[in-house]
Amino acid sequence: MSTTTTDRPAPPHPTGTSGVGARPSRSINWGTLLTALGVIFIVAYCLAPFYWMVVSAFKGPNNIFNNDLIPTHPSLENFKAVFSSQNNFGKALISSAIIGVTSTVIALAIGMFAAYALARLRFKAKFLVLGVVLATAMFPGVALITPLFQLFTDLGWIDTYQAMIIPDISFTLPLTIWILTSFFSEMPWELEQAAKVDGATPGQAFRKVIVPLAAPGVFTTAILVFVYAWNEYLIASVMSQTSVSQPVTAAMARFVGSSEHQEPFGTQMAAGVVMTIPLVILVLLFQRRIVAGLTAGGVKG
Amino acid sequence: MTSSTLPATTPTRSPARRLRRAGGSGRSESRLATWLILPTAVFLLSVVGFPVVKALYLSLFEDRFAGAGPFTGLGNYAKALTGDGSADFWPAFIVTNVFTGISVTFELAIGMMMALIMNRAFKGRALVRTSVLVPWAIPTAVTAKLWLWMMQPDGIVNAVTGQKIIWTGSEWPSKWAIIVADTWKTAPFIALLLLAGLQIIPGDVYEAARVDGATAWQRFTRITLPLLKPAILVAVLFRLLDVLRIYDLPALLTRGSNDTKTLSMLVVEQVQGSTKYGYGSALSTLTFLYIFVVAFAFVKLLGANVVATQAPKEVKK
Amino acid sequence: MRRTAWAAAVVAVGVIAAGCSSGTKTAGSGGKDAAGTIMFATGKDTSGKLQKLIDAGWNSKHPSQKVKLIELPEDAEAQRSAMVQNAQAKSDRYDLLNLDVIWTSEFAGKKWALPLNEADFPKDQFLGPVYDTAIYNGKLYAAPWASDGGMLYYRKDLVPAPPKTWAEMIKDCAIAKKNNMDCYAGQFKQYEGLTVNASEAINSAGGDILKNDGKDVVVNSPEAKKGLQFLVDGFKQGYIPKAAITYDEEPGRRSFQAGKLLFMRQWPYAYGLGNTAGPDSKIVGKFAVAPLPGPDGPGATTLGGHNLAISAFSKRPKGAAAFLKYWTSAENEKQVAIQLSFAPVLAATYDDPAVIKAAPYIPVLKEAITKAKARPKSVFYPDVTKAIEENVYAALQGKKTVDQALSDLAKKLEEIAKQK
Repeated sequence: MSTTTTDRPAPPHPTGTSGVGARPSRSINWGTLLTALGVIFIVAYCLAPFYWMVVSAFKGPNNIFNNDLIPTHPSLENFKAVFSSQNNFGKALISSAIIGVTSTVIALAIGMFAAYALARLRFKAKFLVLGVVLATAMFPGVALITPLFQLFTDLGWIDTYQAMIIPDISFTLPLTIWILTSFFSEMPWELEQAAKVDGATPGQAFRKVIVPLAAPGVFTTAILVFVYAWNEYLIASVMSQTSVSQPVTAAMARFVGSSEHQEPFGTQMAAGVVMTIPLVILVLLFQRRIVAGLTAGGVKG
Repeated sequence: MTSSTLPATTPTRSPARRLRRAGGSGRSESRLATWLILPTAVFLLSVVGFPVVKALYLSLFEDRFAGAGPFTGLGNYAKALTGDGSADFWPAFIVTNVFTGISVTFELAIGMMMALIMNRAFKGRALVRTSVLVPWAIPTAVTAKLWLWMMQPDGIVNAVTGQKIIWTGSEWPSKWAIIVADTWKTAPFIALLLLAGLQIIPGDVYEAARVDGATAWQRFTRITLPLLKPAILVAVLFRLLDVLRIYDLPALLTRGSNDTKTLSMLVVEQVQGSTKYGYGSALSTLTFLYIFVVAFAFVKLLGANVVATQAPKEVKK
Repeated sequence: MRRTAWAAAVVAVGVIAAGCSSGTKTAGSGGKDAAGTIMFATGKDTSGKLQKLIDAGWNSKHPSQKVKLIELPEDAEAQRSAMVQNAQAKSDRYDLLNLDVIWTSEFAGKKWALPLNEADFPKDQFLGPVYDTAIYNGKLYAAPWASDGGMLYYRKDLVPAPPKTWAEMIKDCAIAKKNNMDCYAGQFKQYEGLTVNASEAINSAGGDILKNDGKDVVVNSPEAKKGLQFLVDGFKQGYIPKAAITYDEEPGRRSFQAGKLLFMRQWPYAYGLGNTAGPDSKIVGKFAVAPLPGPDGPGATTLGGHNLAISAFSKRPKGAAAFLKYWTSAENEKQVAIQLSFAPVLAATYDDPAVIKAAPYIPVLKEAITKAKARPKSVFYPDVTKAIEENVYAALQGKKTVDQALSDLAKKLEEIAKQK
């Protein structure tokens, strides 16, 4: 193949259906076979441990010590225990959703501003900013907790949502900014230029041209940030003290067996299953956006 | 990091850039950039900057039972590197690197495979995309318990494979247990980032290659890989930062036995266990500095094109 | 940055304010309590009945000073961490602290817990070793809340009489072999339980680890060697299964309940679970408990359990002290033992027929706890236990000889004791 120097990446095809996916007929069989094998491997790899989690969740409370691959006496006891009144798990799911959604929206908004500046505008300290942003993700997180706890205690923020939302935003901003900057840098920018020539302000050009174009990157980032906030435990365990603000991770840490040394393993696994469900729904809803975003933006127009 | 660390700026100016320069909007762009970056700065300075500066300050003082002791300069750092603490520090340093090297390699390989598969058109790909996300979606606190349970001597892993391996109680099996659990959980993270990167590769590049008779492997190594480089870089870079700070998996699976105690575990031991903030802060700072060096070298070596701003992309032969 | 400076100012003001109000008097003496609920920080209540018991008792009689639980995570380290964080921020969020016995010295030494009025908690009513866990520097810093001690679980269907000595137990291992079972296991994973098991072996052999509130190191003794040797030989000779190196409480219970283990060192909690019918327990009615064996006769268990302390930053120390006095009364203790299944702290409670009926192992446990020893006391307990865990684990894994492990441990403990 010759050196293809594209002046700009041309408006791409929906790669899901063309690109590497479509092939001349003679190699279809091999491609399909390889894909099928890959799919089987991936699904098995990802879901085998999860399957064991589900199986464990459906085993009864006094039936957990066995290696049966299918629960012999399936029971909902563990799920009942998860939602029993003393665990406040329903409230915790709501708290997690509030913390997760708020953190994601704010982190993405702030991150998009910064990434736009870094990818698009000319200013001197660009690499310094990128470096400093990255450096904030290098300090061991556990060492940040004590000073933050003291700060939030002084502010009277213990047991409030913002005591988790603000750290979550800060801890996900480096990833957000780096992903988005890398994406924004790859955009076909002449379209924005064209919009500006047509009289759009930089703001309008950003909103109407760049945002739809950046959709796969933005949605991918959104999912990563949301999962981070949804799974965050270290900060939540310290900042949330009661069911007023406890997200699911902190609530789960309060699951107990019937006595001090008994591990509530079945209940924990049931809770793990319950808390993956919203994420699975989320991905099912957004998975088209993760891949089809580029065409949805109407670049070709 | 200064501009010298990211040699990514390409000398070729894009027409857009020339256009802008001609417009003379440099100063207003600079002002706009400041405003756009300001919210980020506020968050990072208050939530990360303040504790980091405080830790740096605390690391210069000796620990006393009642709290901070007398000023000791770099005494705590010397203690970790060559003094009393070195017998803990260096093994932790080595094993942290072992985990990082092996885990990130596996995660990249598996993540790449996942991304390539997910990018193809086939029936039921929604199922694949969803199942890929499952390991990533479950909190580490839960997955660590799950793996611990599965890797008990009479657990399901030994039962299914017919082995009698004492996973969490012997030298290498305990390291593999941690690596396997980490790889399982985070390969999807890389996969998602690479999938998003694949989306941005224009289809007609492949079209042209196919017309030129390039094989699938050639298309992968000559088009996909170079064009995916920025996405790979970001994904691997953030995995490096994370694995170098790995804490919860080894803490739950092995509690640091059998030489699996990582740098972050040392920090927790000192800060939360012994409440030695001076020494603990010095350990945090050393971890931070090491990660900084690794990230710097990584970005430098790979010629990190993360901000190949506005430059036209060249597809190398 | 302006916000940081502001926060720093707030911190400074807080420190000054706290500095003015802290005193060294015992809880309950001095000025008036602030109004409001007494907040009781405790690991999540396993029975789910604790708040109800408090509501029915104390809260109904003291409507103006109710006691309310703040439930902390299940994990002990996370509980301690939450209490330490609060103490360091000088937060008055917690009034009562449910401390694991091993944290009591540290909280007392750091002045995070108030000394109690000893007249309110008469020593002779408590089991001696239990009371001793709440003493630091000769003063009482907490009220014993629940005890816990290890016992030897054995298969009474297979073993005619429980072994009293290690030698007898090793002899009985022939029975395990005949039945294709493992012989003995305790908790040998590298974690706090290993410190418990190692102290038990060392104490049973007449040795000790630390004395004099952690200031004197006595672990490098022939007795201690004898104790540790028993565990090391177990792994070497096979009377302890190799898999036990990964055991904390639950995997050991799993093996015992599956009928794969003849003897088990375990806390009382496994008694009820082992007798719960279901697929998990194949040994319902087939086992009994006895005091742990030692080299020449019954050994000494290491105490678990919890003490209740009053936070030094509490604004309601008088009410909290009154609650503690109420809680450790004989009448309440009986309810606690029956309803919450805690091992009692008062001697008389162990002899109550109603309590014995609810938990048949109680007489054995009383015998065990009366002869029990506390884990090493030290204000640097986290450092101490880490040193014990690491050296004992290395010896069990055969990476160090017993002599080497104990002399390394002694050296490390000397360094810890010398810290300022």
